[in-house]
Amino acid sequence: MRWVMAFLRFWYDFVVGDDWLIAVGIVAAIALTALIADQGFDAWWVMPLAVIALLAGSLWRALRKASDEARQ
Amino acid sequence: MMWGEMTRSAFLFLTAFLASGVEMVEALTIVLAVGVTRGWRSTLLGAGAAALLLAGLIAGLGPLISEVPIGSLRLVVGALLLVFGLQWLRKAILRASGYKPLHDEAAAFEQERAEAGRAASGGSVAVDWYSFTVAFKGVFLEGLEVAFIVITFGASKSNGVTIAAAAAGAAFVIVIAVGATVRAPLSRVPENTLKFVVGLLLASFGTFWSGEGAGVSWPGSDAALLGILALLAIASLAAVRLLRHERDLARLAPAQKGAGA
Repeated sequence: MRWVMAFLRFWYDFVVGDDWLIAVGIVAAIALTALIADQGFDAWWVMPLAVIALLAGSLWRALRKASDEARQ
Repeated sequence: MMWGEMTRSAFLFLTAFLASGVEMVEALTIVLAVGVTRGWRSTLLGAGAAALLLAGLIAGLGPLISEVPIGSLRLVVGALLLVFGLQWLRKAILRASGYKPLHDEAAAFEQERAEAGRAASGGSVAVDWYSFTVAFKGVFLEGLEVAFIVITFGASKSNGVTIAAAAAGAAFVIVIAVGATVRAPLSRVPENTLKFVVGLLLASFGTFWSGEGAGVSWPGSDAALLGILALLAIASLAAVRLLRHERDLARLAPAQKGAGA
């Protein structure tokens, strides 16, 4: 059981890492892309925009966390 | 079309080579620290056992992946690479802008060496289980990351496994050759710069493949990969500059407050 938990933890750390928001945001962006493409519209712009927005959002969260820690 | 194929193959080789190289340097740091401190026999036995287990895992899982339809595979692999790549890129941007300490292989080597020195000796037994376990764990965990990169990258393109495995093999030969020659941590490898570049490449591939898997037709076909890479590189470099500026302002603020009081 301990080995299974350690294995699952390894994969969680490996894939999700420090910010779970990135993983959740990417799944949402792919779903939105598939939805728009399925309706017959151009959807190529969704993923690059979402990736930059997610990166910016994640960096902003890290920055806020760092300044909170510095204040304490 | 030929140019597009060549671009994809070159990107694939470069990304697999750099990503595997970074993981291998980390594994080598652990093996060298334990080997230098506690002896080589058990350390190399541990590293060898981990390499054998990894080879078995890759041989078992590799062929299974080719059974999955290519469209679904691109979607899943693209999403995984994108998540993985963005995590690397985020960490590299935070390190480059000073919000996170730089990863230092020399410091990691010293820490591993101190821990290995403190651990109780196995005495006169044939195998020093401390050295075996630490080397096994280091090689297995870092190797699993290399295996993930090779299998997922390779599965998304015909002949991809061969290209990614060749790149990982080339990285292995270079890292081991340098490690055996210097017998010291590879502290001169600019690890953060490598992680920055690999993060950009992984995120670009991930965006391209997950988009294709979700039903997107990229303008310019394969050439769109270069466009995505350029866009992400510009955004990341701008983020580094902006964060450095924020950090400088935050440092100056208390000094100005003190001068004004």
